[in-house]
Amino acid sequence: MSPKSTVRLTTFTAVLAWIALTVVDLFLGFELKNNVNTGVPNFLSGTFLTVYIVALFYFYKQKVENADSINFIDLLWRVFVTGLVATIVSVFIQFFLSFIAGTKLGEHELMQSFLYHINLGLILAFVISTYMVWKKLILYQKTKSLIRTWQVFEYSFLVSLLFYFLPYQFFDIPFTVVFAFLVSLGLIVSLNLKWVAYLNFKQKWKSILLVLLVILYLTYFLVYIIRNSGNGILISDLINHVSVLAVFAFILFYAIASLLVTLFNLPTTSVFEQKLEEVVNFQRLSQSSQTGQNQDEIFELLLDSSMSATFARAAWFEPINQTETVKIIRKNIPNNKIQEVKDTFNNQRLKKTVLPAFRNIRGGGDSTLIENISDSAYKSILVYPLEVQNEKIGTMVLLKEVSDGFNKDGINIVNTFGNQAAVSIENYRLLQSAIENERYQEELNIAKRVHESLLPSILESNDHFDISAFSGAADEVGGDYFDFHRISEDKLVLVIGDVSGKGTSAAFNMSQMKGVFHSLAQLDLSPAEFLGRANDALSRCLERTSFITLSYYVVDTALKSLEFSRAGHCPSIFYKQSQGEVQLIKSKGLGLGIIRDQEYCKYIETNNLNYTSGDLLVLYTDGITEAKNPANEEFGYDRLQQVVQNNVEKSAKELQDIIIDTLYEFTQTKHIEDDYTTMILKFK
Amino acid sequence: MHISSVLEEDHYIITINGDVDASSSIHLDEAMNEAIHGGHSKILIDCSALNYISSAGLGVFMSYLEELKAKNIHMVLFGLNEKVENVFKVLGLDQLLNIQPSKDQAKQEFHG
Repeated sequence: MSPKSTVRLTTFTAVLAWIALTVVDLFLGFELKNNVNTGVPNFLSGTFLTVYIVALFYFYKQKVENADSINFIDLLWRVFVTGLVATIVSVFIQFFLSFIAGTKLGEHELMQSFLYHINLGLILAFVISTYMVWKKLILYQKTKSLIRTWQVFEYSFLVSLLFYFLPYQFFDIPFTVVFAFLVSLGLIVSLNLKWVAYLNFKQKWKSILLVLLVILYLTYFLVYIIRNSGNGILISDLINHVSVLAVFAFILFYAIASLLVTLFNLPTTSVFEQKLEEVVNFQRLSQSSQTGQNQDEIFELLLDSSMSATFARAAWFEPINQTETVKIIRKNIPNNKIQEVKDTFNNQRLKKTVLPAFRNIRGGGDSTLIENISDSAYKSILVYPLEVQNEKIGTMVLLKEVSDGFNKDGINIVNTFGNQAAVSIENYRLLQSAIENERYQEELNIAKRVHESLLPSILESNDHFDISAFSGAADEVGGDYFDFHRISEDKLVLVIGDVSGKGTSAAFNMSQMKGVFHSLAQLDLSPAEFLGRANDALSRCLERTSFITLSYYVVDTALKSLEFSRAGHCPSIFYKQSQGEVQLIKSKGLGLGIIRDQEYCKYIETNNLNYTSGDLLVLYTDGITEAKNPANEEFGYDRLQQVVQNNVEKSAKELQDIIIDTLYEFTQTKHIEDDYTTMILKFK
Repeated sequence: MHISSVLEEDHYIITINGDVDASSSIHLDEAMNEAIHGGHSKILIDCSALNYISSAGLGVFMSYLEELKAKNIHMVLFGLNEKVENVFKVLGLDQLLNIQPSKDQAKQEFHG
């Protein structure tokens, strides 16, 4: 059933039940007065009363439990207003009764009974609505055992409604037993007054006032019930209703208990509020890095929080690394006074032969200090060194006008705030560096795209040969280089190189190499001449410890010859079909940039080879031969030659794929630690 | 990697242990720098425990070539294993550096 229809149904039932109860009671009262029998059975009165109570119970259960607000003052206000309405109506009725007193109508029992029933309806509504609000207050901060106790109490109350149908009256023994049982349960649950602690000072005063008025209403109603008891004509005598009486006792007791607890809690409220503020400040500090606050704002927050927690009069925070943007943060203290306090403090400590606390040096180990100082304005001081990851980043100083102003609790709370601030600052720094890293990563990705464009994407195979190349870099960018340049119809230059080192610096040098290659290659130089000039050019731009190894090949398809020089690059593999075996082409050579003058040319020679159809030339970089397997063995020249030897019938691309696959299989990873490149030429 | 330097008579001996890669080549550079600027004229590099040398490590040796020549400092490497020696050879550094099989033969170089 939806809450709305529950409210409607219970309202309807309650109103009907009250009307029925009043009519039945009037009839029964008339019978009693005139000694006649109207044929209305007695139990109807009790039934309608019970139905009325149950309907009210569910009506208020729905109303109170589903109230949006858990604001205690709102809840108490609700009780107060219900009570006020009930009381006003009740007082008005009393007034009306006294007004018509002496008249025939005023003396008429049925008139009195009718007015009594209006009061009865109102009292029950007030009692039950109060019960529901009390329930909500008691079950604030509930535990499993509390809920269970409450359920026992509530079900006992509901079951005890049936007791009304038994012929026991007020203070009969069974009545007393049931009453005592219900009231003791009520007392047990009444001990839950935690909600009081959550009120602030102003709210406590309000609640005291409201509860006081509620107690007043309850007393008034109790007196009313007692005054009207024993009047048989009224039929429904609440004094004989154990459930109502017990609940009445319960709500009255809880109201008194709340009043007293609130009253006694008043003086400590400020402490509780202080603690609450500390928690809030702590939370603000811990969230400050997430909300994108910078270090200054965190320092400021730390200063404010620590000041309010220790009731300090003045304070400042002095960061160790002061810059244009990071300066001393001051609270209630001028700059010159800061220096004065520092001097006083340091002098005092020097006398005690202890290190001054204001030393602006990095490194941790300082602890929080509290001391009295003999300053004109301030008598006690708290010095807190703020450390982030064991590195002192600043000093916070709190000052009070009274001596012995700071205590152990003060230190604890300042330490707690400080630690949280340190965590926030650390988070802030991590966040900053993460953003920075993100940017570097983006730059690297751009570098990677540029780098990729430096290597030729299409190699031209033609009628004379079939060519294929592959290059992999250990990092985003690498120092391996391969390229080609067509000089004429018959002449093609091939080059493969390896810049020392890897990563970004290697990639920069590799791009220099590309520039040198493209400017020199078109001059149609001999390989040795090319290397001499390249060495000359590169000597001007390579840093002291960098060098480049290179193999330079001029392929002449008309002469079917290879002219080549080796500048310290790993020896190429050549397969001569006529001989049926692969060999390393060993020749003299020296890496580019190792000797940076004309001497260099002495170490370079040009070699010649003739090729025929079916021959293979495999160029590569040391990333392949020096790749290691998990057992730390290198792939080596022998394995590479063996792979080529076993696959001489394959096309250039097929052979390349086989070499790379074999390499990955050997290293058991696709992430080779160095840049690795291969370029394969198969002659047709 | 571990590098130690000792002075045996007038021979300044640098012993390289383990792998010389990009990061550890800095320590090799420091040791070389110390040897050269310490005024020693006979420097021996013990490579018998050198397992692997990267291009950065080779770059260190390369960068001191001119200075050695200019200051007339004699430097001899010895005890290189086959793999390491091959790395020097491929690059062509064997033509510029004095490489000997053993310590005795290396010392001979100073007296020859």
